[in-house]
Amino acid sequence: MNFKQQFKEGLLTQNPVTVQLLGMCSVMAITTSFFNGIGMGLSVLVILTLSNIFIAALRKIIPNKIRIACFIVVIATFVTVVDLILQAFVPALAESLGVFIPLIVVNCIILGRAEGYSSKNGVVASAIDGICQGLGYTVILIVMCVVRELLGAGKFGGGILNGGEGVELFSNHFAALGMALPVGGFLTLACVIATMQYFLSKPKKSEKKEEVAK
Amino acid sequence: MDFKELFTIAMGAILINNFIFSQFLGICPFMGVSKSTDTASGMGLAVTFVMGLASAVCWPINHFILEPNGLVFMQTIVYILVIASLVQFIEMFLQKSMPSLYTALGVYLPLITTNCAVLGVVLQNTQNGYGFVSSVVYGVTGGIGFLLAIYLFAAVREKLEFSECPKAFEGFPLALVTAGLLALSFMGFSGLKIFG
Repeated sequence: MNFKQQFKEGLLTQNPVTVQLLGMCSVMAITTSFFNGIGMGLSVLVILTLSNIFIAALRKIIPNKIRIACFIVVIATFVTVVDLILQAFVPALAESLGVFIPLIVVNCIILGRAEGYSSKNGVVASAIDGICQGLGYTVILIVMCVVRELLGAGKFGGGILNGGEGVELFSNHFAALGMALPVGGFLTLACVIATMQYFLSKPKKSEKKEEVAK
Repeated sequence: MDFKELFTIAMGAILINNFIFSQFLGICPFMGVSKSTDTASGMGLAVTFVMGLASAVCWPINHFILEPNGLVFMQTIVYILVIASLVQFIEMFLQKSMPSLYTALGVYLPLITTNCAVLGVVLQNTQNGYGFVSSVVYGVTGGIGFLLAIYLFAAVREKLEFSECPKAFEGFPLALVTAGLLALSFMGFSGLKIFG
């Protein structure tokens, strides 16, 4: 299996959030602090990898007609496990993510990968796919968190650094409070996706040279 | 059941804590099915119906089966199965009795299963400890809030089709900016206080 290719697809060319446009509810809802972003990203990464492995292993047993229901049961099981683990060991994170942890069940990324990838490929390839796609999701979450926290409160690393307060980069008198509110979620995601579209639509250097040669 | 309390729940769900614009639940169908006002209103109505019904069905299941047996940790799995089978039943029912509505909704009907607004409303009913009537009211009005949001958004998006914008923002990012501006206007309701 081509690990490099899958890694590049997960992070850039087939990024689950910015290119496939999946799972946007959680991306906009929970990216208000750095801690939330990392916690949510890692939870999805773990659930996605585990469910990918299981579905790939069971892909020959699951009847085609009721496959969606079977996928959802597998996913819901792992989501419940992760939910209980978070409540037990990181209660602060479980509280601030709230209803969005159980809602990972209906996160389109996980169901989309189950339907589109792991129900057709082997266990190892599906596991790698889960890790790469999960990383792509986590990276976008972290970018969104950093931008929104910086512009909305003038801080960096809220929830982890400096005893949970975050490092203050500039006084919050100058901060745009709107960026921390729902509006900021929509606008930040729009800019992130626009940036990705800009760089992905640019022709690559080698292609440019070919054009010149012609 | 106190009328005042129900009214507060209803107004909260439609305007103040709108499912799309302040809670970010159900963004996928909101973005996917909002290219024209016809399909948007069809989707909104279907979601409203499923949200009301799911709230009505999940409350007794939680109250009479899960809670007395100490199975509250199974909530997520049970709820999603109930919603999936509910959507399947509605699909079969519509196919038999109202084929015209069935063809109009088309592929959007099964998609409601993975709409996070439906699972979200059921989970919130449980978290907030709502009674049966409050749960149903919250479900239906939450759906109406969704219908309002998706209809307004589709109406704006129809006009945007022919407008010029920077190339990188074409398509999806432009729709997100529009949604952001709508969310900004809905923020105006957040100061609204009902009954003091």
